[in-house]
Amino acid sequence: MAETTHPSGTGAHGAPGGDDTSRRDFLYLATGAVGAVGVAAAAWPFIDSMNPAADTLALASIEVDLAPVAEGQSITVTWRGKPVFVRHRTAAEIDAAKKVSLGDLRDPAPDDKRVQKAEWLVVLGVCTHLGCVPLGQKPTDPKGEYDGWFCPCHGSHYDTSGRIRKGPAPANLVVPQYAFLSDNRIRLG
Amino acid sequence: MAQAHASNFKNPVVKWIDSRLPVFTMLHHEYNEYPMPKNVNYLWAFGAIAGIMLVIMIATGLVLAMQYAANTAIAFDSVERIMRDVNYGWLLRYVHANGASFFFIAVYLHMFRGLYYGSYKAPREILWIIGVVIFLLMMATAFMGYVLPWGQMSFWGATVITNLFSAFPIVGDPIVTWLWGGFSVDNPTLNRFFALHFLLPFVILGVVILHTAALHICGSNNPLGIDPKGPQDTVPFNPYITVKDLFAVVCFLIVYAIFVFFMPNYLGHPDNYIPANPLVTPAHIVPEWYFLPFYAILRAIPDKLGGVLAMFGAIAVLVILPWLDTSKVRSCKFRPIYRQFFWVLALDALVLGYAGAMPAEGNWLLIARIGTAYYFFHFLILLPILGKLERPSPMPASISEPVLKGGGRVAAGAHAKPMEKA
Repeated sequence: MAETTHPSGTGAHGAPGGDDTSRRDFLYLATGAVGAVGVAAAAWPFIDSMNPAADTLALASIEVDLAPVAEGQSITVTWRGKPVFVRHRTAAEIDAAKKVSLGDLRDPAPDDKRVQKAEWLVVLGVCTHLGCVPLGQKPTDPKGEYDGWFCPCHGSHYDTSGRIRKGPAPANLVVPQYAFLSDNRIRLG
Repeated sequence: MAQAHASNFKNPVVKWIDSRLPVFTMLHHEYNEYPMPKNVNYLWAFGAIAGIMLVIMIATGLVLAMQYAANTAIAFDSVERIMRDVNYGWLLRYVHANGASFFFIAVYLHMFRGLYYGSYKAPREILWIIGVVIFLLMMATAFMGYVLPWGQMSFWGATVITNLFSAFPIVGDPIVTWLWGGFSVDNPTLNRFFALHFLLPFVILGVVILHTAALHICGSNNPLGIDPKGPQDTVPFNPYITVKDLFAVVCFLIVYAIFVFFMPNYLGHPDNYIPANPLVTPAHIVPEWYFLPFYAILRAIPDKLGGVLAMFGAIAVLVILPWLDTSKVRSCKFRPIYRQFFWVLALDALVLGYAGAMPAEGNWLLIARIGTAYYFFHFLILLPILGKLERPSPMPASISEPVLKGGGRVAAGAHAKPMEKA
């Protein structure tokens, strides 16, 4: 029996040791591989359970009435636990957003690709740096150097199209999926 | 066939157990007769102090967990209930909250002790790396614990720190969603943080046991950084070091108690007494003081991914430190040039910590950048080069020599004699 513990297999039997060894190695490897796949498969339910649950995913889309928002005003609505900025832009703000040359932008995007109607800008109010809520919604808030939003956490400046202009954030404020139901009503999600 | 362990204990019950499971022999070996270099100073007590802090944190945390409710609707109120209604709840919570700070104070002093006396060098590399693992686990545990009261700093700290992972391309956003269990920091996040905050201290305890096991293989380093040549250079752990450690523990606990009883909120942020509001970010988000140097490094880099990598890199350099330092001499006592740079590093850590608490603009940003540059220069460039260039000052032949003046040979004569009066 002792010979079987020697994988080198050059035992006293004169048995075909080399063949036996490679067969044994194959069986070890195959057993190990099956075991690894089994462990990975068993781990998946544990890992995936930490992803958003069905009720979290099922968060209904919301409708926003834009009628009360006067020109120059902004409102913040909550959608999927995050703030959404809706700004009724003035003509000057639209102008400023359109005039910028794309070469000056860190994350180049023309203004008309970021809005469905030029006077309504809808963006997620979440700084693309580390997720703070930028200031600029209230009239008294600092709006940053580009008259859009300013993130107080690490100093990112966004323009009147919600595009990143200065500071550590890598990308523009995200435009969520939304649709105009009527002239003064949008649905988010 | 079965052979019992030959136990030396007199007490028949102890002997009976010990011969079947030699825990008493092990404890006697590791905590009674374990030889400690006889020249260790009070900086060697911070390991024991950190151990005591871990026990205090687990004990207070256990009873706090019996009162705390990990639900966003009532978490904040349940903490206030602990403060106002639960018997001694205020005491237990303040001991726990300040305990985190004092645990980090002990561990940071423990780490700088290791840096100064070269405790990370061969053969203690694994011991050091296990220590870095404990440090990482502590940071994760402290961060998640700070989220639990569900105040403004809890919420926004959690948002900023979990968003760090979104810096990684492609996998970043799915990872953040997975960490949150939703699309923002919310109830699922709070729940899992509580579960992990409860689990990780016991993981830390396990790794601390490994840390101690690794320590007891190589033995403790000492201020001279030279190995004990024999029993004349050591004293038994008990009573010499137990008493010394206990005295240090008592002094440390006195300072800790001053904070707990007279300024329990000094190290915290008033913003965390405002319930979490996902729609309003506080004007100035700062982590707890023990994360500030790393936070300064994060903000010093003007690129998101770069900042995150630099912050993690600041800890990663500690892992490879045993190979970055090319000098064979352990203790700074005999490294005249490096000794000065050690203090520059210590100052750099303090400056980074201060800059991390300030707004990331103007001069503070510049200072944080200089501090970050020095931090990495120190570990990645200075240490490898200095080890080759520096000429160490002459070292004594043994631990006893500088004291007895006669050198190791004379002390060797004392070898045969009993140790009591050594």
